[in-house]
Amino acid sequence: MAIIDIRIDLKKGVADPEGSNTKKTLESLGFKGVADVKTAKVFEVTLDMPAEEAKKVGEEMCRKLLANPVIQNFSVTVR
Amino acid sequence: MEDHGGIQPMRPEDVKVCVLTIEGTNCEDEMADAFRAVGAQAEKVHLKQLIGKTPPETRKDLEDYDILALPGGFSAGDYIRAGAILAARIRSSIGKEVERFVDDGRPVLGVCNGFQILVELGLLPAFDETMSKTATAALYTNDSGRFECRPTVLRNDNRGKCIFTSSIEKGRTLVMPIAHAEGKLLSLDPNFVQRLEDNDQIVFRYVKEDGSKAEYPWNPNGTESDIAGICNPAGNVMGMMPHPERVITRLTHSDWTRNCRSMEGDGLPIFRSVVQKIR
Repeated sequence: MAIIDIRIDLKKGVADPEGSNTKKTLESLGFKGVADVKTAKVFEVTLDMPAEEAKKVGEEMCRKLLANPVIQNFSVTVR
Repeated sequence: MEDHGGIQPMRPEDVKVCVLTIEGTNCEDEMADAFRAVGAQAEKVHLKQLIGKTPPETRKDLEDYDILALPGGFSAGDYIRAGAILAARIRSSIGKEVERFVDDGRPVLGVCNGFQILVELGLLPAFDETMSKTATAALYTNDSGRFECRPTVLRNDNRGKCIFTSSIEKGRTLVMPIAHAEGKLLSLDPNFVQRLEDNDQIVFRYVKEDGSKAEYPWNPNGTESDIAGICNPAGNVMGMMPHPERVITRLTHSDWTRNCRSMEGDGLPIFRSVVQKIR
């Protein structure tokens, strides 16, 4: 068994309105020094296979479904 | 008598439209009614009926239809990304059939979530092949970061390639509502807009009420060059964010009591154009 974390985040230069709205709201609550907020999505996938294979399969999942290469980057880490 | 090169147009009542649904689509009734309003037969068909996962008596074959329409809504809950799940499900089941359908020249329309699906499916912009292996564009979060919902003014900028605007004169403006949070068309290609322009793939642009260049809120999502709808290089696949099926009659235009020029709604010519062109 392998558990992988698939992290999908936005490519550099792609606006992140959810992140910037969150930043504004945190500031309105009085948090000081919030330089930046970015959003990302994490899928935790459990695979019945060895770790090195799981990483490859996770990357294929990103290419086929989980990430749109125009706007998103992905990274896969095995726990 | 008009010359059709030996092939006669089909009578509208013989044209069969497949309005594709899965869980979360929610504009399928309006879409089917819009095609019926111009005389075609329209059927709401669940994806499972096309891929053989329903009882035999309810099965449908994409091959039997003349037009495929992907309605708006929130297919599969917009999980992962808007349109991504339905696109992946189509690709893995009837992907080849859909590709053949498009290669045959049969029209495919995607409105709002339907447009997002066509982009995720690689049927738009489709610069180099009918259906690209992965998405080559994205419909991303509006610049405002919000769901935008209001009437917009669209100008037909197509020079004649798109089958869905074949009876709409170039430069004519039409009013249609938008309702989306992810409508900003993006690509990695720095010459994206120029390529669309060169191929005559730009169908509609947002403009202001007086026809001049749109800016927010007339362009609701911040798409470069105010693009609201595009077609594939062959002109038989069109995706657009605004909802023509919501304005089939004047009665559903927000200003109908003040500006009732005719009872026809501004969305109707799109459906009439395509149904008239089926051979």
